[in-house]
Amino acid sequence: MLNKTMPIAAARFTVVATLLLSLLLSAAARADLVIEITQGVKGAVPIAIVPFANETAGSLPQDPSEIITEDLRRSGDFEPLGKQNFLSLPSKGEDIFFRDWSLLGQRYLVVGAISKGDGPDMLKLRYELHDVTSRKRILGRVVTGKEGALRDMAHSAADAIYEALTGTKGVFSTKIAYVVLEGTNKKPVYSLEIADADGQRSKVIYKSPSPVLSPAWSPDGKKLAYVSYETGRPAIFIQDINSGVRTKTASYKGINSAPAWSPDGRKLAMTLSKDGNPEIYTLDLGSGDLKRITNNWGIDTEANWSPDGKSLVFTSDRGGSPQIYKTDISGGGETRLTFDGRYNARPRYSMDGESLFFVHQREGVFNVARMDLETRELDVLSGTRMDESPSVAPNGNMVIYATKDNGRGMLAVVGVTTGARYVLPSREGDVREPAWSPFL
Amino acid sequence: MNMIGLRSILLASVAGVFLSACAGQDQRPDLDSDTVGLEDDTNGSESTGFGSSGGLSEQQLEEQARQQEQDALTAEQDALRDVRVFYFEFDKALVEPAAQVPLRAHATYLSNNPNTSVVLNGYTDERGTKEYNLALGERRAKAIERFLLVNGAADTQVETVSFGEEFPANYGSSDDAYSKNRRVVLEYR
Repeated sequence: MLNKTMPIAAARFTVVATLLLSLLLSAAARADLVIEITQGVKGAVPIAIVPFANETAGSLPQDPSEIITEDLRRSGDFEPLGKQNFLSLPSKGEDIFFRDWSLLGQRYLVVGAISKGDGPDMLKLRYELHDVTSRKRILGRVVTGKEGALRDMAHSAADAIYEALTGTKGVFSTKIAYVVLEGTNKKPVYSLEIADADGQRSKVIYKSPSPVLSPAWSPDGKKLAYVSYETGRPAIFIQDINSGVRTKTASYKGINSAPAWSPDGRKLAMTLSKDGNPEIYTLDLGSGDLKRITNNWGIDTEANWSPDGKSLVFTSDRGGSPQIYKTDISGGGETRLTFDGRYNARPRYSMDGESLFFVHQREGVFNVARMDLETRELDVLSGTRMDESPSVAPNGNMVIYATKDNGRGMLAVVGVTTGARYVLPSREGDVREPAWSPFL
Repeated sequence: MNMIGLRSILLASVAGVFLSACAGQDQRPDLDSDTVGLEDDTNGSESTGFGSSGGLSEQQLEEQARQQEQDALTAEQDALRDVRVFYFEFDKALVEPAAQVPLRAHATYLSNNPNTSVVLNGYTDERGTKEYNLALGERRAKAIERFLLVNGAADTQVETVSFGEEFPANYGSSDDAYSKNRRVVLEYR
């Protein structure tokens, strides 16, 4: 419904031009320019989301239209109109004066209202999406839920609007997992947390004085596999998110790390060094059958499954420096995929399996890059100095990664095609190792 | 204090004593006051004869030098075992020449004391990916382990754990900070 190609091509050009400009300018000015790029993308589609009418006769913790506005803004595909510019505040289709909105340069318009639902504590969220140019209604929906779920209702509305306009499912209702390090070197506290994709409503699901690393979502979004040092050495645990039940899944001598779920959720690829040096294995979670995949003198780690479940990509330094390789899950057909630069590591497949996201080093700087598997063309996506742990959103349009600001770890997101970047709300401690959930 | 060149410094100093004495100079030799085990005071009281008219015979001086060297070596072995942190180059796990002398002292000690054991904790700097660094930290710890085993320690006495980027020795992001973080720490248990 929305012609995405043109504005996005223009947007990319602007970002590249701005980046080049920033490189030409002094190093001192670099940080400011990066923030400028972070703030917006030229060519993002103008959309007005009108504050929703409150018909509940009570007060609401937040106007859901604000949540929808922020969701769409962060995607980088849209540029929501600032509230101060609104000429009128319609809440349903028949109240809209389309001419007002086209004068404001808006292409789409969202109106809605919240009212009491059936039953106590129930709310009803009604919203409509209109095309300002054609003056037609594109979408009209009612979502109901408990009062406490207002945020979920708003995210689901943002998902539906995003999908109606881009043809791609929105990821605003998904979650992220990440690790927070607080305390001191002598008395650290590691927390494994889960939050909404926008960083809100964070919840600690595991806390430890020993390091916690590498969270990985099961494909059904119900479990997390991760590495914990609670036994004094790295071991892999699987935790059921709702019940909190934890299972020690791999605790051999040496390293047990880098867990990666197969697309069907039946197997876990992992790195074990029990047989001498770090190698990739797959563990059948049903039968307990452990199979060694790689066999090499070098470090083999950071496995990730292809979407069809037939092969694994991983990091290996068998060629003298960390590079990305691919292998069949039978263990045959190993090929090297990256040749650009001295450090390419921690690959993650795109949803369509046609490209890889990974950490790429050039001139001493570590960034998140994408490589098209067919053309082998490499595209650097992030622009800070110490970017790592890329994790792809389930719609493939955004990548979350860990970065550093003044030595403090935080999470950032980049739009794959838009180039739009934003940093997640900062908080206490060092935030690292994000993992984007599947669709929930 | 850099323990590495200690032995050669000691030997050079001892040779210096010998040469000075032979030349019959009427003053104490100018010993390096930084040199452990050959401090001016102790040396002055032990090395009778310097500046006196008769002097020691060549044989006595040789014997004295040999004794001094032996004492110094014992002290040196003890001092060398105080070296418990070993550093590495970026993305490398090569045991540096500087680490080999103290590591031999640890290996000898482990070999002579079969009931003791050590844990080798491997670390990296923050650059690069966490999981790769976990593997790299292990490779470093294992490189040290191999060196200890080759030099007389038993494999039941040595254990390795990698922490990768966790627990940096220095929180900075300078090359100097990084060089302090790429390390293996040896702990006696």
